[in-house]
Amino acid sequence: MDAVLDRSAREIAEAVRTRAVSAAEVAEAAIARVRERDPQIGAFLTRTEDLARERARRVDERVAAGEALPLAGVPVALKDNLCVTGTRTTCASKILEQWVAPYDATAVSKLLEAGILPVGKTNLDEFAMGSSCENSALGVTRNPWDLGRVPGGSSGGSVASVASGTATFALGSDTGGSIREPAAFCGVVGFKPTYGRISRYGLIAFASSLDQIGPITTSVADAALVYETMAGFDPCDATTVDRPVEPAGTLREDLRGVRVGIVKEFALDALDAAVREVYAQAYRDLERLGAELVEVELPTADYGVATYYLIAPAECSSNLARFDGMRYGLRVERADVAATYEATRAAGFGDEVKRRILIGTHALSSGYYDAYYVRAQKARTLIAADFAKAFARCDVIACPAAASPAFEFNAKSDPYSMYLMDYYTIPMSLAGLPSLSVPCGYVTPPGAAGPLPLGLELTGPLFAERALLAAAHAYETGTQHAKKHAPPPLAGAAR
Amino acid sequence: MSVTIESGTLLEVNGTAFEAVIGMECHVELKTATKMFCGCRNVFGGEPNTNICPVCLGMPGALPVPNGLAIEHVLRAGLAFGAAVPPFSKFDRKNYFYPDMPKNYQISQYDLPFTSGGTVTFRLPDGALRSVRLSRIHLEEDTGKSMHLGSSDGRLSGSTHSLVDFNRAGVPLMECVSEPDLRSAVEAVAYLEALKRTFVALGVSDVKMEEGSLRCDANVSIRPVGSSEYGTKTEIKNMNSFRSVGRAIESELARQVSVLREGGRIVQETRGWDESQGTTHVQRSKEQAHDYRYFPDPDLVPFEFGAAYVDGLRAGLGVLPQTRIERTIAENSASGEDVKVVVQQAHQLVDTPGVADYYDEVVALGAAPQAARNFILGDLTRLANESGTPVAESRVSPAALAELVSLVESKAINSKIAKDLIARLWADGGSPRELVEREGLSQVSDVGAIDALVAEVLSANASVADDFRAGKAKVMGFLVGQVMKASRGKANPALAEERLRAHLAGE
Repeated sequence: MDAVLDRSAREIAEAVRTRAVSAAEVAEAAIARVRERDPQIGAFLTRTEDLARERARRVDERVAAGEALPLAGVPVALKDNLCVTGTRTTCASKILEQWVAPYDATAVSKLLEAGILPVGKTNLDEFAMGSSCENSALGVTRNPWDLGRVPGGSSGGSVASVASGTATFALGSDTGGSIREPAAFCGVVGFKPTYGRISRYGLIAFASSLDQIGPITTSVADAALVYETMAGFDPCDATTVDRPVEPAGTLREDLRGVRVGIVKEFALDALDAAVREVYAQAYRDLERLGAELVEVELPTADYGVATYYLIAPAECSSNLARFDGMRYGLRVERADVAATYEATRAAGFGDEVKRRILIGTHALSSGYYDAYYVRAQKARTLIAADFAKAFARCDVIACPAAASPAFEFNAKSDPYSMYLMDYYTIPMSLAGLPSLSVPCGYVTPPGAAGPLPLGLELTGPLFAERALLAAAHAYETGTQHAKKHAPPPLAGAAR
Repeated sequence: MSVTIESGTLLEVNGTAFEAVIGMECHVELKTATKMFCGCRNVFGGEPNTNICPVCLGMPGALPVPNGLAIEHVLRAGLAFGAAVPPFSKFDRKNYFYPDMPKNYQISQYDLPFTSGGTVTFRLPDGALRSVRLSRIHLEEDTGKSMHLGSSDGRLSGSTHSLVDFNRAGVPLMECVSEPDLRSAVEAVAYLEALKRTFVALGVSDVKMEEGSLRCDANVSIRPVGSSEYGTKTEIKNMNSFRSVGRAIESELARQVSVLREGGRIVQETRGWDESQGTTHVQRSKEQAHDYRYFPDPDLVPFEFGAAYVDGLRAGLGVLPQTRIERTIAENSASGEDVKVVVQQAHQLVDTPGVADYYDEVVALGAAPQAARNFILGDLTRLANESGTPVAESRVSPAALAELVSLVESKAINSKIAKDLIARLWADGGSPRELVEREGLSQVSDVGAIDALVAEVLSANASVADDFRAGKAKVMGFLVGQVMKASRGKANPALAEERLRAHLAGE
């Protein structure tokens, strides 16, 4: 039964729908797999075994009643910043360590309706602020490819879970690269759709104008399936767009006639030689598969990190104000309200969260607002305009998802070097574009346990998910990188 | 609704005449089925914390979705005063920590309110016409309510603990800010009454100060008459009735005058009105003022209002109360009546639900406006108060009242009969003309018939007649009454008196 877990989401759902296997059997196998493998990895903060079993019972009933559930019986890991009714939802923060969500996030309820079995809530950088998962206040998650290395972040637990086979797919959230960078680090597919495609209702906010939920999968085809199930207008989220979600349908297997933009400013020279060669090969592979490579310019992309680190902290300083110990979550009681606020937030938030709240509060304060927040918004508009210009010349933009493979724990001790990990993902987030990371090769740095995956980032114009997924699928099937290696700790396990 | 404020605080500082400069900020809870950003019901009161959801509690991950009707209410409120609706508007976050504010920011509007400008025109109790410019009307969400326990007076200071009720959190709240164009407490109260009657007529709010659906603050300063610069202002809060607003402003003006008289300096600060003491006290000085760090709310998308949409809203405003008031005043401009009385009655007509429409119908049917007003605000209002049935829903149709007015105006019946008829119409309905004809209630104005009654009354009251001849003029009332009685109320009283005088003079 364990082997069923190594099939794709599409295949598992098909098997459950045709009653070749029951959802209850899948649930038990998945629960056993998590128990067996997760102790080495630490992807989960909370295991939801009872919930998985209960949902499995319902899925089997619904299948028996003839319902065609697109994700029937698929085991899923959910990032722990997504609300699931009756389930502890912590954001990997002490301030919400014991908070139980009273409602379901829209994306989660759509997937539940489609038949998923949630196996657990996964670790993240506290409030999704970080690029390594090391900012979690509640646990350590290891990279399945090398347990001495980080899984990336902030959706580190979700990617580690999918990479280690403890979930068929996972949900992550991406604000400046939090799905794409860890997906690259763990050799899986991570997809951030266009801002507004997927409801944020029930996603605990970091930076509202940037946050977007997306799937983390072992294949582009699964990413398309999960995306289509979740996407669409939500009356509970005023920022969702009311436009049809085009089904990806049968994804093409070549890139003939596709113009792939290579960004002039993202020259590969700056990269380590081995990493550079992987990306150079990736570009050659795109060409080999029929794509026409064109050079495009993103002259403002270099300002992405600076722009992002004003806008995102500004929004987070306001979004996180509600965590004050008054209504829910941690409360450190003091003599009066102001002292209780201070003591609660001092004890409840980690250093990186505090740093961003301080940066954001400063950027919004009287006398600095115009110099920081307003200018950052103008820069954001220019970055989006550069992308629009580039997409007049190409259909998809290709670039590295990260400048290096996964690094060792504690390797990025100063915040700025960590911020630079999102250099290649932040500009797309600022422009709201659909963007994904797909495995594109491996490098073995000195001291690594074995080969470490790298990810190719592909980005499309606004709402062009269909063309983007098609190009990514063609690249994926034309290169087979995802199937070349298995994470060493799991190499003995059937995959 | 009318409030009388003792006016006339002398604004004089060491021989220089000063004037009051007052601006008002009003918070008005809007009348909608649901709250501003969630599906909870928008109702007053209820068991604490029963009308709440993840959104209005600011639970992690919850998002606001704007209430379209509330936005329309604000646009209509502004349009009623001739305000401009911008082509582009948005919501902003106002950041500050307070336990009754679930998210520790309030969704409000900063630099692009839903309406800006406009003018509120109204009449003072003495009939004078005033205009006050509006600065803006914007929309925000209301906060929860804190209750401080363990202290004797319910105030925060000295309390042992506080409880918060979030039923009110997220109720749509419209903030209407005036320019500092008001020059007295009387004007401030008349301005508030004008806002109230307009908002009620538009159906955008109940405007009940006692339920907190209207809360207002006054910005008060004084300056030498003729000065173009403003003095330092204080903001007065905690006023819970129109009367308190008037009293608080009077009190604050007097305080500011006395500070200047004593050579002091007005300090910019927020002062709370103490109803029982009749004074204001310092709540917060400017030094403690917040930096609210406003920025556009990224959870909400901006609004664009098309010209056709705005034109449609403007066309649907209906007849506004001030238009009716001015029409009533114009209708009576030739009557020579005291303008104070006309203005007071015009206000009464628009301030009683349904009555203004009723009055308009009666007048449209040809009734004399002054007589119609008197019947409606006199006999009909009294009957309505006694019975609990509003005038507009009574059995006295506008057509019946118009008929009655014309019977009186043409002297076909006298006022005594009219009064009786109104009571009968109230009870049973019907046409006054038919009743008059069927029951022979027409006024008797035939000299011969009156003379016969006069002779009868004088012979039956010979000693009273002697008293009159001896100079006791006031017995005439009694004698007229006797003639009316003998005619079963139908005699023309003026003719009866005329004939009595003639008979007594020996004619």
